[in-house]
Amino acid sequence: MQPGVSPLDKRMSTLARPITASEATDIRHRRILDTIIEKLIYASALVSITIIFLIFLFVGKEALPVFTSATVHQEVTVQKMIFPQNYGSPEAPVHYMWQPVSQVPKYSLMPLLLGTLKVTLIAMLFATPLSVLAAIYCTEFAPRWVREIVKPSIELLAGIPSVVLGFFALIVLASWIQRIFDFDYRLNAVNAGIALGLAVIPVMFTIMEDALTAVPRKQRDAARALGASPWQTAWQVVLPSALPGVLAGFILGFGRAMGETMIVLMASGNAAITSWSFTESVRTISATIAAELAEVVFGSPHYHVLFFLGTLLFAITFILNWLGTRIVNRLRRQLSGAVV
Amino acid sequence: MRRISKLALATAALLVAGAVALMAEGRNITVKGSDTMVILGQRWAEVFMSKNPGLTIQVTGGGSGTGIAALINGTTDICEASRPMKDAEKADVKAKRGKDVLELPVAVDGLAVYVNEANPLTELTLAQMKSIYTGAVKNWKDVGGKDQKIILYSRENNSGTYVYFKEHVLENADYYPTAQTLPGTAAVINAVAQDPRGIGYGGIAYGKGIKHLNVKKDANSPAVAPTMENVLAAKYPISRYLYWYIAGQPQGDVRKLVDWVYSKEGQEIVEKVGYYPLNDTDRSTFYARVAGAPGKATVTPVKKKS
Repeated sequence: MQPGVSPLDKRMSTLARPITASEATDIRHRRILDTIIEKLIYASALVSITIIFLIFLFVGKEALPVFTSATVHQEVTVQKMIFPQNYGSPEAPVHYMWQPVSQVPKYSLMPLLLGTLKVTLIAMLFATPLSVLAAIYCTEFAPRWVREIVKPSIELLAGIPSVVLGFFALIVLASWIQRIFDFDYRLNAVNAGIALGLAVIPVMFTIMEDALTAVPRKQRDAARALGASPWQTAWQVVLPSALPGVLAGFILGFGRAMGETMIVLMASGNAAITSWSFTESVRTISATIAAELAEVVFGSPHYHVLFFLGTLLFAITFILNWLGTRIVNRLRRQLSGAVV
Repeated sequence: MRRISKLALATAALLVAGAVALMAEGRNITVKGSDTMVILGQRWAEVFMSKNPGLTIQVTGGGSGTGIAALINGTTDICEASRPMKDAEKADVKAKRGKDVLELPVAVDGLAVYVNEANPLTELTLAQMKSIYTGAVKNWKDVGGKDQKIILYSRENNSGTYVYFKEHVLENADYYPTAQTLPGTAAVINAVAQDPRGIGYGGIAYGKGIKHLNVKKDANSPAVAPTMENVLAAKYPISRYLYWYIAGQPQGDVRKLVDWVYSKEGQEIVEKVGYYPLNDTDRSTFYARVAGAPGKATVTPVKKKS
């Protein structure tokens, strides 16, 4: 190589000659291989979408009789599931009741929706600050060796089977909470929410940490050069520009919390109470499906209602994810306009 | 690498051999249903299989509802249920399988009502239990206990235990919504053991930290403890039969199994597992439902068949 000739120039010069026949077939082969691989990747993407679509179709099909079947309507209609019912006996003074196995089956969705909401809310209240702060600490403040211990440890939490977390909440966590707060119910929304939070933290932390790491070094350097403290840099520069990723983590965590089954099944007490009290037991949609679907009489109104619940859960998480992606995209566009 | 592939090969060979062996045997009985009965079913299966080499009996739980659904769909030979089958379900079996359901009570179970051992209460009437579980009574002092709130523990709504308690103690009224539903007797016992204000119900099983309440049929009748003598003598108010259901009359191996379950030996296993054997009258009455079985009080023990 002559001095002054860069490697790039050299490559350019080798390209500038006509391609030989063997090289041409080589390139053609490579192109065919490329197309095949591309098609394969395309196909696998298509397969996963098709599977999701088919699952939704199946669940929806089983839920459909709730709207159409006359035999189901003798027991339950969508109206009965949503609006307060007067069950007309002194023993059932409550207007929203989930008691599918009964002389007069009662299928009010309110206690389940409320229960799901309460548990998810607590889980997010518990998990969000922890995940955000842990992610900021890991990317901005922790020395390398600390980060290399903390990060995998948090991600290891994701590897704990939810049944183990649920068992922990049922036996240990519930007793601690009982001892500290002395709620009436040992198994309650707070207990289940915290256990659920433990399951959500690794999901949120991983995404948020990635988003923070992706913020260019330059921005931090610029902020520090302008005299910002490390904390100011992290809080006012890095976090805002990583906001879309942080939000994406939050939304994914929310979806996980709503759909998570085993933990709430074990730790929440599963009483279908309609109240805003966080210290009472709750019954979530997912736990209801898990507990009842295994034993329900195939094809009965109860069976179809459980599938309706599944569709509902699916729809709620789907809409949330869709809304979330939209918000994240808009933010990203705004930010990329403002920053740089 | 080579060692791994050898290992994989060996495993695969073993699996194939196992599968072939299973297929070659082919004599198979499936038993499915009540979680309450799953251990009883397994004990029966183990002993019966050891007496009948070459026969495989698979016992699975999942709940009475699961077992009944499996019987309707024809995916199990024997359905175990801790509640009697409903007429609609029997009609389903008839419609789908073309056979009448044979109902065979095979054992007796008593339901106990537990409270925490710190609770000074020793007895309740059935009516008091009903008012506790329907929410009419919310404080222990109203039934003669300490002045503290009552925390209700119940079972999942498709378990036979839930249905039995609802029908026989609540007289079909609804459980109060605050009743926490837990999976299994063990979970209920654990919860009551941790909760001095709790009350729960389930099979007569013993656990640390709980005690059984004596049950009075009404305010004037004596309080009866859930003991073997009381259950067998039908003095204890909340006891129930545990059932086997079969579509049509049992044939072949299933028939042999049913005969054996009604034999002295089969009924002794019931007691070992912790439930109550049928008394002699019941045993001959129910066994007589099997076609060709003797209807007398003496049941001929089934001889070992090769």
